[in-house]
Amino acid sequence: MLKAFENGADGVMVVGCLEGDCHYLSGNIRAKARVKRVAGIVDKIGLGAGRIHMYNLSAGEGSKFAAYANEFVERIREMGPSPINVARLKEA
Amino acid sequence: MITGTPKPIEEILEMLEPYDKIIVAGCYGCVTVCRVGGEKEVQVLASTLRLAREAAGRKIAIKEISLERQCDPEYIEQMRAYVQDYQAVLSIACGAGIQFLAEKYTTTPLLPGINTGFLGVTERQGEWSERCQGCGDCVLHLTGGICPVTRCAKSLFHGPCGGSVQGHCEVSKDVPCGWQLIIDRLKALDQMDNYTKLKPYKGWNTSRDGGPRRIVREDMI
Repeated sequence: MLKAFENGADGVMVVGCLEGDCHYLSGNIRAKARVKRVAGIVDKIGLGAGRIHMYNLSAGEGSKFAAYANEFVERIREMGPSPINVARLKEA
Repeated sequence: MITGTPKPIEEILEMLEPYDKIIVAGCYGCVTVCRVGGEKEVQVLASTLRLAREAAGRKIAIKEISLERQCDPEYIEQMRAYVQDYQAVLSIACGAGIQFLAEKYTTTPLLPGINTGFLGVTERQGEWSERCQGCGDCVLHLTGGICPVTRCAKSLFHGPCGGSVQGHCEVSKDVPCGWQLIIDRLKALDQMDNYTKLKPYKGWNTSRDGGPRRIVREDMI
């Protein structure tokens, strides 16, 4: 997740199965805890916790996935570019 | 294992203020098991530091490494070829490992990335608790396998104190009274006579009161 920010992502959307429906039983619950940790990290270093978010949906919910993706993209647009990308632009 | 917790990132960034090229050094020993200083944590910390510094407009170059154990000289030597090329080493091993690195590489500043905790056990994934204070004179055979030095907040040797209420320590309701645990266990084992074998006083000269300790095994030298 942090690598994605290093590679220039303005936001990171993590998508997991519905809680209780994970093939790996508690995999998505653990992922949720890790996303929370990374959100705390990116917040503390000034990127903003809102730049990472986890969504849960089933593999059959294509339209919901599209709606979540659009919602997240809009949210990141409102936040503007990541301070990393701002710094890189200045340097360039 | 030796446990620990990560230092706040703000504290680490402050420590790193003078430096632009560092090593982040992990350890595959205890701190890997308690998820605070292994290879994965090196990656997370290095990424965090690079992002924080770049966002602040001042990049930092980081070499990420993990040694088998930072408390053994042969593994520490693996860094010798390149350590002088860096301004500082941020170690996320335990305090012993960090100090041993500092002893071996005397011209490079060594910085702690974690706060070392205690000798403990894994209760469940993500939760650890203390079991041993390394007092140097184990009495677990007399106390039903429960350590009065560690589990009693006062390290008493003569049974529960007046602060023991319904099996809980006065320190916190979440802390079981170590002596209540011992008595219950001895009763269950039908070993209450052990209680009378314990010395009511303990010699602390084998513990920290005797200063920094050293073990020499002649058969291994």
